[in-house]
Amino acid sequence: MTATAGQPLLTVDHLTMRFGGLVAIDDVSFVARPREITAIIGPNGAGKTTVFNCLTGFYKATEGMLTLCRGTRSYLLERMEGHDIASHAGIARTFQNIRLFANMSVLENLLVAQHRVLMAASVGTIAGMFGLPSYRHAERAAIDKARQWLDRVNLTHRADEDAGNLPYGDQRRLEIARAMCSGPALLCLDEPAAGLNPRETHQLNELITGIRDDFGIGILLIEHDMSVVMQISDHVVVLDYGRKISDGTPAEVRADPAVIRAYLGEEEDEGPQSQASAGA
Amino acid sequence: MSSTAYTVGRDQAFPWRSALIECAITAFIVLMLAITMVGIHLETVLGGLAIATRFADVGVAVVFAFIGRLALVAMREGHPLPALIGATAAAVLGVFVPPIDIVAAILQALGAEAPTPTPVLQVMQVAGGAILAVRAAWLVWRQRGSAGRRAERGRSLDAFAAGMRGWTTLIGPIAIVFAIALPFIFDNRSRIDLATLVLTYIMLAWGLNIIVGLAGLLDLGYVAFYAVGAYSYALLGTHFGWSFWICLPLAGVLASSAGLILGFPVLRLRGDYFAIVTLGFGEIIRVILLNWFEFTGGPDGISGIARPSFFGLAEFDRSPPEGVTAFHELFGLEYNGIHRVIFLYYLILVLALFVNFVSMRVRRLPIGRAWEALREDDIACQSLGINRRNIKLAAFMFSAGFGGVAGSFFATRQGFISPESFQFIESAIILAIVVLGGMGSQAGIVLAAVLMIGMPEIFRDLEQYRMLAFGALMVVIMVWRPRGLLSHRDPSVRLHPPPPRQLWPFTRLPKPSAAPAEKAAGQ
Amino acid sequence: MEYFLQQLINGLTLGSIFGLIAIGYTMVYGIIGMINFAHGDIFMVGGFIALMSFLVLGLAGITWVPLALAVVLVISMVFTSIYGWTVERIAYRPLRGSFRLAPLISALGMSIFLQNYVQLLQGARSKPLPPVIQGGFVLMESDTGFTVTISYVQIMIILLTVILMLAFTSLIAKTSLGRQQRACEQDKLMASLVGVNVDRTISQTFVMGAMLAAVAGTMYLVRYGVIDFFEGFVVGIKAFTAAVLGGIGSLPGAMLGGLLLGLIEAFWSGYFSVEYKDVAAFGILVLVLIFRPSGLLGRPEIEKV
Repeated sequence: MTATAGQPLLTVDHLTMRFGGLVAIDDVSFVARPREITAIIGPNGAGKTTVFNCLTGFYKATEGMLTLCRGTRSYLLERMEGHDIASHAGIARTFQNIRLFANMSVLENLLVAQHRVLMAASVGTIAGMFGLPSYRHAERAAIDKARQWLDRVNLTHRADEDAGNLPYGDQRRLEIARAMCSGPALLCLDEPAAGLNPRETHQLNELITGIRDDFGIGILLIEHDMSVVMQISDHVVVLDYGRKISDGTPAEVRADPAVIRAYLGEEEDEGPQSQASAGA
Repeated sequence: MSSTAYTVGRDQAFPWRSALIECAITAFIVLMLAITMVGIHLETVLGGLAIATRFADVGVAVVFAFIGRLALVAMREGHPLPALIGATAAAVLGVFVPPIDIVAAILQALGAEAPTPTPVLQVMQVAGGAILAVRAAWLVWRQRGSAGRRAERGRSLDAFAAGMRGWTTLIGPIAIVFAIALPFIFDNRSRIDLATLVLTYIMLAWGLNIIVGLAGLLDLGYVAFYAVGAYSYALLGTHFGWSFWICLPLAGVLASSAGLILGFPVLRLRGDYFAIVTLGFGEIIRVILLNWFEFTGGPDGISGIARPSFFGLAEFDRSPPEGVTAFHELFGLEYNGIHRVIFLYYLILVLALFVNFVSMRVRRLPIGRAWEALREDDIACQSLGINRRNIKLAAFMFSAGFGGVAGSFFATRQGFISPESFQFIESAIILAIVVLGGMGSQAGIVLAAVLMIGMPEIFRDLEQYRMLAFGALMVVIMVWRPRGLLSHRDPSVRLHPPPPRQLWPFTRLPKPSAAPAEKAAGQ
Repeated sequence: MEYFLQQLINGLTLGSIFGLIAIGYTMVYGIIGMINFAHGDIFMVGGFIALMSFLVLGLAGITWVPLALAVVLVISMVFTSIYGWTVERIAYRPLRGSFRLAPLISALGMSIFLQNYVQLLQGARSKPLPPVIQGGFVLMESDTGFTVTISYVQIMIILLTVILMLAFTSLIAKTSLGRQQRACEQDKLMASLVGVNVDRTISQTFVMGAMLAAVAGTMYLVRYGVIDFFEGFVVGIKAFTAAVLGGIGSLPGAMLGGLLLGLIEAFWSGYFSVEYKDVAAFGILVLVLIFRPSGLLGRPEIEKV
């Protein structure tokens, strides 16, 4: 694992989020780079999901600057509408409690993710309404793309079933595939391994690293399962009570006394090693 | 009582004691309900009110409640056959002998004064008996004791709805052919009028379905757009003499714009707040129509709205003004007033089918899929880059536009409109049709519209019971099948070929023991 | 000034009635999350039962007004609450846990049913009640001869509302019934796991809502002297608007919304035009919801991600 150089994809600069008097995130800064998996870890209530919500426009950050550089353009996320963050800046996300379109088929879920492309092709639904060739081609291409993702997550045989009827592990992977179908530059995964068994967790690791290696995008990962974090992430940011307490490679973070304190309390000397070694 | 009593169930002796207590409680509640509203009649007399009593009717209602509950208990305890016989007997008896007559006879025998008969109880007896009989017959046929397993009933109905899907490709054309042939089958003005009315509601419900069924937004003020369409044509037609054929699309556009204007402020709201604000807008528009005399004619409405011509080529009058062809002359027919009725029928048929075509088509387009995604999870929609506001506005505009077109049709058919026709109850009826039919199901809407609009109109003899039955039917259908009659969703796009069509919709469900999960585990 | 005061008094009276009905909407919404469209019709049934009891008491020779009024209130509350209970039992309980629109449609059906039930049994004409309580205080007399009066009926309505509100608030805050109710509002499954009988609690909510609606119906009848089968719909919609205005799910909000709506109507009809008073009421509702989507006293709803 190399501490990568190169231009950062996402720069979080002095991010602060307050809800009334409660400070959920207090002056957090970090960067995420392309072709890297950046994990955000921390005890419950550390503010991890809040970081995601600020990034993806569900919350407006109280202070701080969130910049996403995509190619030559850079986007100031805190000034953008939520849906523009997804469609223009190219940040896709999954949710802690899976949010699939439960009564729509698996394939439809993946097509909704390509809404922007298809909508443009249907030219105000008119081209679509008359079934013009340009739209038909775009739809064909969208289905092909969906199909590739279905193959990748092993769901091709269930493409026409309702997404809500899939088993839990399949739903997790489908949600990732759906996020990827929107063609993101940065993929934010909120506890993707929650509730998975060891075999499924292993598959998930392969899926995530595969996405990083094949698509060259940046991945931001919130995860409690240290076996996932330590194994696949290139860079770890540790939050505690809304503050960043550590930042570095998995090995560095693992050895950081501040992290050990946060996870195990003051007295203990040892701990994260044992947790981490479980997955290593 | 031994512990086996709980496991045996069916072969066990009928639990008379608990059953009777249950029936007595029901009877008591009915007594408390009826003693005021039924038992006392407020009669308007000169200089105020007088009271008349109808305690005999209360008595009969209580007896009905007791017996009806007994029949239900019998079915639950695994004795549907006696319930079937009893209920059928009650229903048949009710048709011939009004129950109040029996009471009167008894009272007379006792030397008391005979009560004045009301037909309510007779209707109750016949309807209640028939419903219980059908239920019992179903149980006898299924050879099951209990109808209490709601989930199973729901599943078998789902299977039926899915089976019906196989039919829709067949039924659709059959229904359309039937609809086209209808004016020739019933060469009867009132029947064609009724069919036109039903089709108007079908069209409105298909229009509303876009916003409620697909986008999942509860619009309680749909009638506002219907009104906008109707008044657009009425005003443009009467003031400027614009032709119906220009105003028809224009009414759609105007209603659509109204949807856009009203939609902007309310679309931020969620769930029930959205519902109440749309209801508010509906009422605001009605009150404005009612009070803006100079513009809308107030409660008197607008009369003398021009009837549509035959596509601008001919008029349907017997002797149209100089220089205008009459329809019957154009086709060399004998003049007959029914021509216009039939023409209007075909017009609404075409309009309704157009709405159907557009919504079926849009469902397969990105915007339609985005609507459905919005219904399923709007937060996920935003995270995928879908602009929720614009998508909702589009749904609003589509829906409103169709409502407006239907409204202008209504205006030209009636020749007279007033705010009376655009009350909240209309919104409620249209919404009821959408939901009862099975959310988002085009065929379900047809079924529900025929059931809710057609049936009550056919039983016009029971005029006063029409709306009563309408309300009761809404409750009953919802309790019986909360997701609507034909709720089955087919994916808008498939990767694999669909499963083979099945023409016999009555599938026997597999026994729960042979669950597919077990089969998979065995392999 | 005098005119203003008079409208204020009228508005407060009307608002009290709206508020009492709004509580029924807000409680039901709080506990099972549905708009109980039939609640306005329960109010109407309450009015009818009150009218019947007045007439029956008149025949029975009970004419001492305070006693008659008390008896009428009790009768109306008892019988109306049975209607409330039955509506819940028949139309809503089987739909518990089914999808969002089902109970709403069922409620619409119930509302239509109740209206036509009453129309069928009691006739479509509106039923008058001769004034039961007459007279009032003259508060102020201006030079132009305009007098500001508050009638005994208005005093009674406002007092009764205040008493009921206080009683009700402490009922919800202090008794075990209120605790169970609040528990069900938060989480029905958890409440049932810790031993709350959820079905019974919901039934009790409907019964209490119906009782308040019966009081409102009685007062409406006494104040305006007339009731008909369609009355419930109009008043019901307004009361629901009041509940939303105040922030649905909040009891003080319902009362506040009711009072506000009553005042808006009274002032609008007093100063602008009677015809557009409904437009004013709904217009204000729309404005409030646009700028404060959770109502005046409602808890702001944060999008849960």
